[in-house]
Amino acid sequence: MAINILMVFFALYFIVMFLGLGFGLLLILKKTFPDQDPFVIANGYVFFWIIGDLMMRFFLQKLPVMSVKPLLTLPIKRSTVVNYVLGKSVASFFNLLPLFAIIPFSIMLIMDGYATSMIVTWLFAMIILVLISNFLNFIIEAFSSEKELSFLPIITVVGVLFGLNYFGILPMTSLIGDALLGIANNPILILIPLAILAACYAYNFKILKSKLFLDSSLKSKVEEVNAADLSWTERFGDVAPFMKLDLKLIWRNKRTKSMAFLLLIGVLYGLFFYPQPMYREMTFMSAFIGIFSTGFFLINFGQFIPAWDSGYYKLLMSQNIKYEQYLRSKFILMVISVVLLFVLGIPYVYFGYKILIAHFAAAIYNIGVNTHVILWGGSFNRKKIELDKKAAFNYQGTGAVQWLIGIPLMLVPMAMFGLVNWLVGFAAAVALLIVLGLVGIVFHKKLMKAITHKYLDSKYKMINAFSQDN
Amino acid sequence: MIHTKDLSKTYNGTTVLNIEELTIPKGQSFGLVGNNGAGKTTYFSLLLDLIKPTTGNITSNDVVVDQSEDWKPFTSSFIDESFLIGYLTPEEYFYFIGELRGQNKADVDSLTSKFEDFFNGEIIGKKKYLRDLSKGNQKKAGIVAALIGNPEVIILDEPFANLDPTTQIRLKQIIKDLAEKQGVTVLVSSHDLMHVTDVCERIVVLEKGNVVKDLETNPATLKELEAHFANGAVVSQEEE
Repeated sequence: MAINILMVFFALYFIVMFLGLGFGLLLILKKTFPDQDPFVIANGYVFFWIIGDLMMRFFLQKLPVMSVKPLLTLPIKRSTVVNYVLGKSVASFFNLLPLFAIIPFSIMLIMDGYATSMIVTWLFAMIILVLISNFLNFIIEAFSSEKELSFLPIITVVGVLFGLNYFGILPMTSLIGDALLGIANNPILILIPLAILAACYAYNFKILKSKLFLDSSLKSKVEEVNAADLSWTERFGDVAPFMKLDLKLIWRNKRTKSMAFLLLIGVLYGLFFYPQPMYREMTFMSAFIGIFSTGFFLINFGQFIPAWDSGYYKLLMSQNIKYEQYLRSKFILMVISVVLLFVLGIPYVYFGYKILIAHFAAAIYNIGVNTHVILWGGSFNRKKIELDKKAAFNYQGTGAVQWLIGIPLMLVPMAMFGLVNWLVGFAAAVALLIVLGLVGIVFHKKLMKAITHKYLDSKYKMINAFSQDN
Repeated sequence: MIHTKDLSKTYNGTTVLNIEELTIPKGQSFGLVGNNGAGKTTYFSLLLDLIKPTTGNITSNDVVVDQSEDWKPFTSSFIDESFLIGYLTPEEYFYFIGELRGQNKADVDSLTSKFEDFFNGEIIGKKKYLRDLSKGNQKKAGIVAALIGNPEVIILDEPFANLDPTTQIRLKQIIKDLAEKQGVTVLVSSHDLMHVTDVCERIVVLEKGNVVKDLETNPATLKELEAHFANGAVVSQEEE
């Protein structure tokens, strides 16, 4: 349920954004370019929109082929199945969303005095363009799936188009803009994009029909094993087996692999704020950014402990293991990530030494307090995670715990820092975070014992929850 | 070795298992048969402390399983796929289990090398993750992993299901050897009456959570079991 609510929320958010764009674009263009025709300018930007649309689709939209597996054994013609799959893809949210911008924009144009027939033709041309992107994306994906570096084709296509335009070899912006204007003025020309759409559809039909067998594309892919030397973990003694397991867990599953890249986002997070002088003056912001950026991995990985291991939780519970070792492995990983993120974030000193000090305090707080808080919060996890499911827009395993845990994790340290900073001063606020962090580190053993106890208490509940299918 | 006393498990008022007393001596190969929902997996889950008994308890080697964790070092099991770690190769999985049970790589290698026949060249050195293996091969890996670290009690739920005929025959030999030559207590459940009577010295029949038969295996046992379950079929037909 929570997952669906979140998805609906996201969808509504985008719809509102697009509606706003659709209704507001005309005014914005009139203000920005007072002496030019806004309709011409808007068409000039369509190229960039297509590029962005293709990128988004490539990473988020997949052809729903797996859903037809049951149809293959039924007495239905193969071509009917293919048409069904391709037709179904048209009803995607990615194709509906642009309508929320295109239709209001058209209405605004007509109300502004543009010829209705011209705008309506344009509207249809745009819809056809959306559908072309839809099918073009599946063609690109079909090529990508055979390549080692799967996103190379999309990068190449987008890069070449962008490059041609940028260096003026082939002015794509004005080309597409002129084409759309041409269609708007001569409705008969709409047959050209229609023909392109038909060609894209036919090509998709051909690819798909040749692939739609249980043994080729519908069979889930067998991955080659990638084994790395993890002997360095041996220095952590009895925790080593679990650390090796955790590292393989992160590296070999789609859902977790994307999390490793979050390390990068964590490092760059400060760049959203610090270049703006407004944020640099608000010192309490640097505590918040520090907690967030050094704790990025900690938060994203930690909130799903022990659900990451839900697939084989029964094994762990019946094996000869100490729960405390299992948890300590996760703890060590999180500490390593905090240290790493702090070190990588040292260049932020460029924006002022205070930022570095605040980040340092935040890192200590993360190590001493937040690691324990998030481990403790994990004992309330009751939702299973299937590791082989896709990563983007996947909220499986997300429950109320994930939302509530954010309060002690981020808001409390931020509020404390802000308050002391305001009442006493920067030095005292930094000292407070560091002292709290150190207290956590000193009592690490005791805290771990209490946390382990909490996990043991909920053992049966967790086993039961993790063996349910969501 | 394993002593069950007044054990029961109730879900929302429905009793799914109720065993007054059951003692399994050391080194016995013990078979559990029954139709779906008879309580076989429930009993094994209770033995492994994966679910909490409603009343009573199980004592294994003088350790009460739901009160202490000291039974873990000498007990191992393979119940279902949730005992496998999908993103490991079979070798990595064996080494991981080995590390948990205090065995180094060489120990594990020497053990798994004894099962080359059983693996039939489909498990070791294939550079494939467990999640990509067929159900039968996954089962082979899981069963052998349960033999790592010289356990004294081995629990296998439906070990014969999904295996090909040759592997089934080899598995029977492995289980017999464990009980006869190494004194390991082996607990096996199965729907296949022939396999259980071949392998087990003693067979207990569960029905709706109750022990309805407790047989010492002899040449007549298979007939007796078949008669018992055939009767059940007749009864349920009449009920319909």
